[in-house]
Amino acid sequence: MANPGGGAVCNGNLHKHEKQSDGSPSGNCAKNGIVKEAQQNGTPHFYKPIVESFEEAPLHVMVFTYLGYGLGTLFGYLRDFLRSCGIEKCNAAIEREEQKDFVPLYQNFENFYTRNLYMRIRDNWNRPICSAPGSRFDVMERVSDDYNWTFRFTGRIIKDVINMGSYNFLGLAASYDESMRTVKDVLEEYGLGVASTRHEMGTLDKHEELESLVAKFLNVEAAMVFGMGFATNSMNIPALVGKGCLILSDELNHASLVLGARLSGATIRIFKHNNMQSLEKLLRDAVIYGQPRIRRAWKKILILVEGIYSMEGSIVDLPQIVALKKKYKAYLYIDEAHSIGSVGPTGRGVIEFFGLDPRDVDVFMGTFTKSFGAAGGYIAGKKDLVDYLRVHSHSAVYATSMSPPVAEQIIRSMKFIMGLDGTTQGLQRVRQLAKNTRYFRQRLNEMGFIIYGNEESPVIPLLLYMPAKVAAFARHLLNRKIGVVVVGFPATPLAEARARFCVSAAHTREMLDTVLENLDEMGDLLQLKYSRHRKSTRPELYDETSFELED
Amino acid sequence: MATVAEQWVLVEMVQALYEAPAYHLILEGILILWIIRLLFSKTYKLQERSDLTVKEKEELIEEWQPEPLVPPISKDHPALNYNIVSGPPSHNIVVNGKKCVNFASFNFLGLLDNPRVKAAALASLKKYGVGTCGPRGFYGTFDVHLDLEDRLAKFMKTEEAIIYSYGFATIASAIPAYSKRGDIVFVDRAACFAIQKGLQASRSDIKLFKHNDMADLERLLKEQEMEDQKNPRKARVTRRFIVVEGLYMNTGTICPLPELVKLKYKYKARIFLEESLSFGVLGEHGRGVTEHFGISIDDIDLISANMENSLASIGGFCCGRSFVIDHQRLSGQGYCFSASLPPLLAAAAIEALNIMEENPGIFLVLKEKCERIHKALQGISGLKVVGESLSPAFHLQLTDSTGSREKDVKLLQEIVNHCMDRSIALTQARYLEKEEKCLPPPRRRTGESRAHNQGGGPGCAALGRVLGPGGQPPRSTRTGLCIAAL
Repeated sequence: MANPGGGAVCNGNLHKHEKQSDGSPSGNCAKNGIVKEAQQNGTPHFYKPIVESFEEAPLHVMVFTYLGYGLGTLFGYLRDFLRSCGIEKCNAAIEREEQKDFVPLYQNFENFYTRNLYMRIRDNWNRPICSAPGSRFDVMERVSDDYNWTFRFTGRIIKDVINMGSYNFLGLAASYDESMRTVKDVLEEYGLGVASTRHEMGTLDKHEELESLVAKFLNVEAAMVFGMGFATNSMNIPALVGKGCLILSDELNHASLVLGARLSGATIRIFKHNNMQSLEKLLRDAVIYGQPRIRRAWKKILILVEGIYSMEGSIVDLPQIVALKKKYKAYLYIDEAHSIGSVGPTGRGVIEFFGLDPRDVDVFMGTFTKSFGAAGGYIAGKKDLVDYLRVHSHSAVYATSMSPPVAEQIIRSMKFIMGLDGTTQGLQRVRQLAKNTRYFRQRLNEMGFIIYGNEESPVIPLLLYMPAKVAAFARHLLNRKIGVVVVGFPATPLAEARARFCVSAAHTREMLDTVLENLDEMGDLLQLKYSRHRKSTRPELYDETSFELED
Repeated sequence: MATVAEQWVLVEMVQALYEAPAYHLILEGILILWIIRLLFSKTYKLQERSDLTVKEKEELIEEWQPEPLVPPISKDHPALNYNIVSGPPSHNIVVNGKKCVNFASFNFLGLLDNPRVKAAALASLKKYGVGTCGPRGFYGTFDVHLDLEDRLAKFMKTEEAIIYSYGFATIASAIPAYSKRGDIVFVDRAACFAIQKGLQASRSDIKLFKHNDMADLERLLKEQEMEDQKNPRKARVTRRFIVVEGLYMNTGTICPLPELVKLKYKYKARIFLEESLSFGVLGEHGRGVTEHFGISIDDIDLISANMENSLASIGGFCCGRSFVIDHQRLSGQGYCFSASLPPLLAAAAIEALNIMEENPGIFLVLKEKCERIHKALQGISGLKVVGESLSPAFHLQLTDSTGSREKDVKLLQEIVNHCMDRSIALTQARYLEKEEKCLPPPRRRTGESRAHNQGGGPGCAALGRVLGPGGQPPRSTRTGLCIAAL
């Protein structure tokens, strides 16, 4: 292979996947550390065993993946060359004639990946839909006449596509029905906007009602709500920590946490994903050695983690983190964007999932976008904390408050989950979600796909690896009326492109079976069943043989 | 000559070597070796590395006491005692149980409780529900979003528009999408907080110029030009941006756009314009400050505005040429990584745009009202009106500060309370004093909406009465007023 990607191929051979949840020291390893069961001993509470798997891909898969990227890059260079010679037409928007002599707004190489790789498979993202994002939705058909540079709508609608992509965990995002009457009433009474900030004239009685309900739901002293989930992180972390403070952040934290940490001005150190040894080492060193250069002790240390990681499907090892945090007197900020409403016996998030006391976590953050089918975010915890944020949060002072009908949708959803509407339907949804999750994960495992994450996490990444398969997978499944989310670099490591399923309580068993059947066929068609740990059929054919078998 | 002399010296040296006695040579040899050794040996001994023992480490860990996560807040902090609005935040509001005329919301066009807007939102609610449950990339793009982007682009007469789900995040995400480390941003001192955060996230070099002072800006641009001439290689890749607001949130003044455009072409810097207050307010059709000055929108590289003021919805948008805007679809953090705007809010914004397009007269009504109120508020002893007379949000400032910010704020709060007692809702403009780059003096903000039309008269007259000579003669600091049109 005399191509510039050849180097990458070699790297592929050497590339080691050390992503395991080797969090707890008491865990017992199975299959060279790939499946891990960590049992918590020595603590008074009972904790769930953490079963998370991050299976490594077979070597030949990695080789072909890097080869794929190498070829793509090579062709990219070729096409860039053709474009610069004027042989191939350049479809990208160009700078105004008057501003040609300005410093270029983008550097040419910045967009290389977008122009030459992403553009080829761009049709698999931003697919517009024209119905509620329920368990089935309608996708607007679009075609491209210029290889994905522009799209044209055909006017046809692909009806009733099974939705495996939206974070509609509890099925609360649906078109209007009678249960949403209060939302309609609020809309008619209050209108949509607020046109002021919380500090000025934008605190409505609806916000107060919502905040006390959120505090009650989470079993904490107080809560404050914000108009956007992303901004909840990025505008409140700076209010909590600043110069002279240390942030310990998981390497896979969401962009909003990263941005918030950066804006705060505190020192940031990254620990390996869900890796408690890595975290403990950082904590220990931080407490013992203090700040670099000036050698003063840190003012405070804040650990930033997420409940469920949206690209890995892993659940944070909270019992361990709480133990560490107590030992080293650090503060813990947990982003429950994906876990609130979706895990725990009554949907109260990871705290309940592990049976911990809410007082063990200093700052609860979460969003209403996912389980509650609305928009916005909250921060909850002790009253002191929330009072401080009411005064100092950037978004309380400068950003518009939450829209009243959206607030009402959250109130409605929360009451529904808590059973305050007088039914047990909410609880049933939470249970149904757990059931669906286990079923779907188990079946995928049996089929021999490599899936990541905790066995109880409703976010299920299925590893595709090769860039060409990413596109093929999503396109084929759309033809079979299944809408999936595929993600690749830069949201994941280069070689670990994946599809991500979000199971919902609204999925019926039939829907899941349809999806699974199609996935089974797709797995055979595209050779996606990489796993060497097939649980069902061939127990003795584990590691060594599958290399040849799958080729 | 010199070379001959050197040669001679060399010969002499060699001769001297032959003639020297053996013990001398040996001694010198040893000395040379000694010097070499000295040169290569370490001059001092490294101290014994004093690694901490495990016990010491444990003690250190035991000893360390962090600061509390948050410092305690006194219970009577003004920000803890919010004004609570019961019911809709429209022209007449109920604040803390008291009915007031609302001069505190940015509901300029009074679209907040417009029945058409509500009906459109309701239709959207029936079809789509509330949430989108995903970012734009992952099935969070609804046909309504595409419609809204299309409509905004058409309304602003630009190639493309992109919507964000939160007003604050719009400019705060747009700036770092383009301006990176090493780039240079020239920004007005009075720029609003969202711009400041965007600049901070971009990690670019920030040069502040005096508020609306074009000479100061030109001075900075010139300085930069000199700098660039020194290092042309670096200058070729250093992007330059000028970030300004149409109507300044913090001062109520308008930016001198024609001069800015001239400077743009002279010094080759791109202009980013934040129009949250001026969009839907200035210009014959409400297109903002470009229309107000009659400047081609193509001369501005990027315009950003929120949909939370005039459009009375939630969210924000950026518009400009596709070459610029499209980049945000992969690089705008608040766009890529956030759930998309709830469709009912997008539908409301579309309907609000429809209303704006159908009744261009409202902008004139708003303008007249602003001017009338500005006039009425002139000559109140102790208070001065800060801001352009066509700005629907402006500030009242104490003419003579008492000297301490705290006292000024207190005094202003008294004025606000006094007005509230007389059923006029005003608000103090709030700032995070520690966070602001250049803190504006305390002031009250007033949002005027076309709403006070019944209004244009009674509300205004009442305001005049309360603040006027008849009211308590207040001394000084600022407060805000927002005026509405409908």
